[in-house]
Amino acid sequence: MADPAGGSLPRYIGQRLLLMIPMIWVILTLVFLLMRVAPGDPVSASVGGRLSEEALDARREAAGLNRPLWEQYFEYLGDAVRLDFGTATDGTPITEIIVDNGGATLTLTMAAFLVALVLGIPLGLIAGRFRDSAGDVGIRLFGIVTYAAPVFVTGILFKILFVEKLGWIQYSSDIATAPTEFLISENEITHIALLDLALVGEWAAFEEVLWHLVLPAVTLGLLICGVFIRLVRVNVLQALKGDYVEAARARGVGEGRVLRKHALRNAMVPVITIIGLQFALLLSGAVLTEATFNWPGLGFRVYQGILDRDYIAVQGIVTFLAIVVVVISVVIDIVGAMIDPRVRY
Amino acid sequence: MAATESVSTDTRRRRGVLRALLSPIRETSGLARWILLTGMFITAFFLVLAIFAPWIAPYGFDQVEANGVEFPETAPPSDEHWFGTNVMEYDVLSRVIWGARTAIEVVILAIVLSLAIGVPLGLVSGYIGGWLDRVLVLVMDALFVFPSLLLAIVAGFLFSNVAGGSIVSAALSITVIYIPQYFRVVRNTTVSAREATYVEAANAIGAPRRTVMARYVFPNVVQSVPVIGTLNAADAISTLAALGFLGLGIQPGDAAEWGYDLQRAIEDVDAGIWWTALYPGLALTLLITGLTLVGEGLNETINPTLRKRRLRKVTLPPRQPETAEEAK
Repeated sequence: MADPAGGSLPRYIGQRLLLMIPMIWVILTLVFLLMRVAPGDPVSASVGGRLSEEALDARREAAGLNRPLWEQYFEYLGDAVRLDFGTATDGTPITEIIVDNGGATLTLTMAAFLVALVLGIPLGLIAGRFRDSAGDVGIRLFGIVTYAAPVFVTGILFKILFVEKLGWIQYSSDIATAPTEFLISENEITHIALLDLALVGEWAAFEEVLWHLVLPAVTLGLLICGVFIRLVRVNVLQALKGDYVEAARARGVGEGRVLRKHALRNAMVPVITIIGLQFALLLSGAVLTEATFNWPGLGFRVYQGILDRDYIAVQGIVTFLAIVVVVISVVIDIVGAMIDPRVRY
Repeated sequence: MAATESVSTDTRRRRGVLRALLSPIRETSGLARWILLTGMFITAFFLVLAIFAPWIAPYGFDQVEANGVEFPETAPPSDEHWFGTNVMEYDVLSRVIWGARTAIEVVILAIVLSLAIGVPLGLVSGYIGGWLDRVLVLVMDALFVFPSLLLAIVAGFLFSNVAGGSIVSAALSITVIYIPQYFRVVRNTTVSAREATYVEAANAIGAPRRTVMARYVFPNVVQSVPVIGTLNAADAISTLAALGFLGLGIQPGDAAEWGYDLQRAIEDVDAGIWWTALYPGLALTLLITGLTLVGEGLNETINPTLRKRRLRKVTLPPRQPETAEEAK
């Protein structure tokens, strides 16, 4: 874990930010190597067999794939610095895909995160406080199963149960058949369908989008919730063993206050640091959730890219998501250093 | 990752391998023991399915007819097909059973490969240090922050082009994710072990670097690896299924794979057909839960910050030397 005790906080922040650069460079290089060194180039993988050899060559020429590898590598790095991740096979620039579909992914992950926080933290706290009670066992099993169940299994089972069998969630037909068009709003103000619809005042459509959000958000939220339960529980257990907790108890502080003021606050520090790592899980989960529910976010585009064998689309979106994860994990490290009660500046 | 020096390797060796395997069970109590046992039971169940799949499964995993009669498409569960048939006319029950074999084969292969690469790399990197260590740490850290599924997707894309959608290519795509984990653990423990007195002593008597690494450092840093292996097994099965679900996994004619079957079942769900998704989904979840429980149970035993050792009841032994030894 990051230990900022050695220097001042601004210096620590500067170091973390600087370390981001080689990290992103390595990620870009890895993706480039894995995607380009593979035998079979992007063009023949996606449209090979459907076009003549000459047409394929022309396409390779246009994509710059006949040039030396190192030249391609530097161009790729240069483009990435300018946030240009190439162009998908259907001619859409990856940047445009990120802007158009990113909103849906953001909406889904935020909603899922909310579900996870609201469920996970109280449950973890209860389980940690009443260790080995029936409640602890139940909560832990719940956490293990929701974490263990792959999101696409949970998602499909939810669909079977709530849409098909119980009929609690009904989609209006026009959006059920074409959620993609619906969720990528035509009122492009923020590129986030929910916000745009609210801003324009189309409340019926807003409600419909919300209905569509419920199952994906709960599905993905449950996955992350399992992690929160485990983390909060373990950290509460460890915090409750801490000297400061014993000291508080010795001073006659009530058990509820010990839990809230002393144990929880210290337990939250590692939790917040680990949320940075959970963000990677959240995005991985989002890819699968989007593929399960046809939720038109970036993960859905990755899924489509895989099915169409569209190298550039998969490479571009994956690289973008990986960079997002690196940036977020750095930000969270810094936040973690700032709120740690044991570190004062 | 806690080192498990408390259970001395000496006593383990003396009591044999089986005892060593069972030692976590003996050391736990109450809930942790129950969790461990349940997990082991579930895992054992799937191991049996995997090993005896040809005898347990009513049909082959890619069989679409029996006795000259073609199987129906997406037929509901019946006497001939207990779990129904799917859109490819395969028998769902047989696919579920054969799927256990695929999952376990891929996971064993993937973990063995990541161990074979990650552990030596970590050992050398941590012991030798210098620029090699810095470069490797940077690369491994980058791999580690890379969202694991996305990394597997990139690798899966590569390997499915090179090796086709086979068991080996699936295992290789998963291997990439786990190498950094073993590397990190082994490297970090090696860095601290390098300063330990026994290493200093070995150096002082003039043992060559190789010997120090292989005979002195390795046995001491490798102890936490089995636990990570167990924890990874659950995750690896989930990744394999996710790759299959996204269309990067094993081809349906090569082996039965739950993730692939689930992908094919999504459209069925909208048509009210539930059996093609439910059974592979349950099998997948159950196996992952089982392995997670084993990992959880082991963690509870081995992680000293969580450990609540069973207080052994002290019964005064009768005056016979053998039983006194046993009750220790």
